Amino acid sequence: MTNPTCPACEADVTIAEDAMENELIACPDCGSELEILSLNPVELDFAPEVEEDWGE
Amino acid sequence: MRVGFLITHIRAEEKLLIEAFRTHGIEPDIILDRDLMFNINQGAEQLAPTGLAWADYDVIVERCVSTSRGMYALAILNSWGVRTVNTFHTASICADKLQTSLALAQANIPQPETRVGFSEQSGLEAIEDVNYPAVLKPVTGSWGRLLARVNDRDSAEAIIEHRQTLGNYTHHTYYVQEYVQKPERDIRAFVIGNRTICAIYRNSPHWITNTAKGGQASNCPVTHELNDICVRAANAVGGGILAIDLLEDEHGNLLVNEINHTMEFRNSSAPTGVDIASEVVQYALYGEEVLA
Repeated sequence: MTNPTCPACEADVTIAEDAMENELIACPDCGSELEILSLNPVELDFAPEVEEDWGE
Repeated sequence: MRVGFLITHIRAEEKLLIEAFRTHGIEPDIILDRDLMFNINQGAEQLAPTGLAWADYDVIVERCVSTSRGMYALAILNSWGVRTVNTFHTASICADKLQTSLALAQANIPQPETRVGFSEQSGLEAIEDVNYPAVLKPVTGSWGRLLARVNDRDSAEAIIEHRQTLGNYTHHTYYVQEYVQKPERDIRAFVIGNRTICAIYRNSPHWITNTAKGGQASNCPVTHELNDICVRAANAVGGGILAIDLLEDEHGNLLVNEINHTMEFRNSSAPTGVDIASEVVQYALYGEEVLA
């Protein structure tokens, strides 16, 4: 299986074995924050932008 | 037991919690807040995005990073009698720093001197009433964002003008606290039910010590004094699973600064040796009585 690519820099992104759908990950090359939209097949997109009400 | 796990997306904490649920033989149903659509005219018999009725869930664990989505979902679910962790009551107080300060004041829990004004003039008066330096915070928000240490009148006037011009209406509530001369650290304590399960120091030479801003975590012993003030503070805002942020003043007295109702804890289990995810899951599944 080929690795998915980062939508920002097109680098290969390795998906961990324990990865989950809707998990946030970082592109190892450009550092973009990505969201795993699906695992089978793997689909990545930019993570949502932080909104003002986000937090703990 | 059926558990709904309401999230915005999965971060390190959510993975730890899902794993902890699995050790109890439970696979939580993940519910994304972006998929929610509630019919307010009906009740818990309507279906969640999972295809199950909300009423079929024994508990919904709310872990939304979006405060507004999480809070409104809790309001709706609690109005239908669905058990949630935390409750809407607790979340609604903790999501608002002014409401939190009010609850702490009513319970006579030590906190920094706090003032509130609603106009440019009364905002300035609020700042000068606690004296310089003062700390100006948005009433909502997290991760140390948009905090301002106001060192003098020039800064106060500039920040207020910026907030009046650039901010939305929530930034026109001037929530001001005294600047506490703390020892390059604050304390984050984790309270579950009526127990302070562990605490960390957040060490930083910067006056904002949030780990989101680079503060380094180390273990903070849970003394009787720390446990007492934290449990009282937690109960003052409705109780549940909470992270209490405290400051030590120059005399060593503890002051409750903020309370968080969807706490992050990825950096706190290692220094404290406490499996925070497991404690959260046990509370969500079995409640306080089993943990006592």
